[in-house]
Amino acid sequence: MTELAGQPPIVHETPLAARHASLGARMIDFAGWEMPVQYTSIVTEHRAVRERVGLFDLSHMGELFVEGPAAAEALGGAIVSDPSALAVGRAQYSMICAADGGIIDDLIVYRLADDRFMVVANAANATAVSDALAERLRGSRAVLDDRSLAMGLVAIQGPRSVEVLRPHTDVDLDQLKYYAIAEGTVGGISALVARTGYTGEDGFEVFADSGRIGELWDLLLDAVRGADGVPVGLGARDTLRLEAGMPLYGNELDLTATPYDAGLGRVVKLDKTMDFVGRTALERVAADGPKRRLVGLIIEGRGIARHGHPVHAGERRTGVVTSGTHSPTLGVPIAMAYVTPTDGEPGTMLDVEIRDARVPARVVPLPFYRRSA
Amino acid sequence: MSVPNDLRYTRDHEWLRLDGEEATVGITAYAADQLGDIVFVELPDAGRELDQARPFGVVESVKAVSDLFAPISGEVVAINAALAAGPELVNSDPYGDGWMIKVKVADASQLDDLLDGEAYDALVAAG
Repeated sequence: MTELAGQPPIVHETPLAARHASLGARMIDFAGWEMPVQYTSIVTEHRAVRERVGLFDLSHMGELFVEGPAAAEALGGAIVSDPSALAVGRAQYSMICAADGGIIDDLIVYRLADDRFMVVANAANATAVSDALAERLRGSRAVLDDRSLAMGLVAIQGPRSVEVLRPHTDVDLDQLKYYAIAEGTVGGISALVARTGYTGEDGFEVFADSGRIGELWDLLLDAVRGADGVPVGLGARDTLRLEAGMPLYGNELDLTATPYDAGLGRVVKLDKTMDFVGRTALERVAADGPKRRLVGLIIEGRGIARHGHPVHAGERRTGVVTSGTHSPTLGVPIAMAYVTPTDGEPGTMLDVEIRDARVPARVVPLPFYRRSA
Repeated sequence: MSVPNDLRYTRDHEWLRLDGEEATVGITAYAADQLGDIVFVELPDAGRELDQARPFGVVESVKAVSDLFAPISGEVVAINAALAAGPELVNSDPYGDGWMIKVKVADASQLDDLLDGEAYDALVAAG
């Protein structure tokens, strides 16, 4: 790593930094943000979300608003999904790709009005997405408003999320479906309440002005604790999303991967009317099939597969582990890996190279964990 | 924080308890806490010769992987088999049931390279 003299890396703090410190959180630098990795223990926080409820500070995420009479059309030319097909108040998972089909970021796109969208980007990519959107919207009747630093975000996740949030909001949670969003108040504070998340549980993401997110956190933390829940750091966020089979940018997704590689070709709407950046390259991948396949692995020997560990089919190297951990819910080591497509059928036995050992691993369907309805 | 006074410590956060010619080895409460929830411990087989300050195993938490370094040279005479099914013992009882290996000490003079409890406390306090 090289740093230019006189230019120390900028590390952002969320508006909740002092609260994390007083809760005794262990902090890490994540994508240029000082974030809590855990408050007590990753496994304790993970289980709280699976069994009860947890509260997350996600204020590092990017919130990019696309507004104007041609917002749907212009955004549709910038990303792989079709935002014009979204009803107001609904959300879609999407990606923004480079011309060669490589993934710049994965996104959630919320339609707030006919002419107004909110695009939520990963913290590490918020600037790249903002720059790409600004360039791709140029000349259209739509403008980009990057409110990443002006907005805070907290998430309530877990089976008790509804009972935690209901007493504090005027949003009708019974009418708020999965992947829907509504404007309202939480604790009297103006907020956008979305039924989305990254844990595999029911839950909500609450967006509000940075200046009010502290009050919101205090209110919701009391409510979460009242339901036997806890604050949850990025450590458990990672184990929760991995059990739920959700990709993480920088692990499963990057500029060398296409949505098809990651098994997310359904996100790409090749039949939409507008042209979009990456279409030609993605049409080719869709026709030829991706060169690799993202699979789930359960490690059946001793050891934990980690990002970067090679994967073998017999003596032939077939791919690489993208994410791996010990699953707190299943009690076994799990991983996601890219492998040669023909080695990716569930039930196939592969080997993961963990340090000096070849450890047997079984290909399993994703996700590893699905909540009961 | 204060660590047991009857043990010796490495700068890599292993501890050693001497009992005659045999030394029991584990990792400190500080190390276990820094790693977080420990989910896997990889130990050498009994009979292997260890070299002081060389890696002899691996401890993994949910989030991190860390090498274990031998506090002293000698032959491994026992490993804590309970850690295979219960690696969390390293978190819950690092100086007791969470022990890792027993080593037959080859050269007692190597004990001089290790820290006493006070010096180890100072190392941890200095971050």
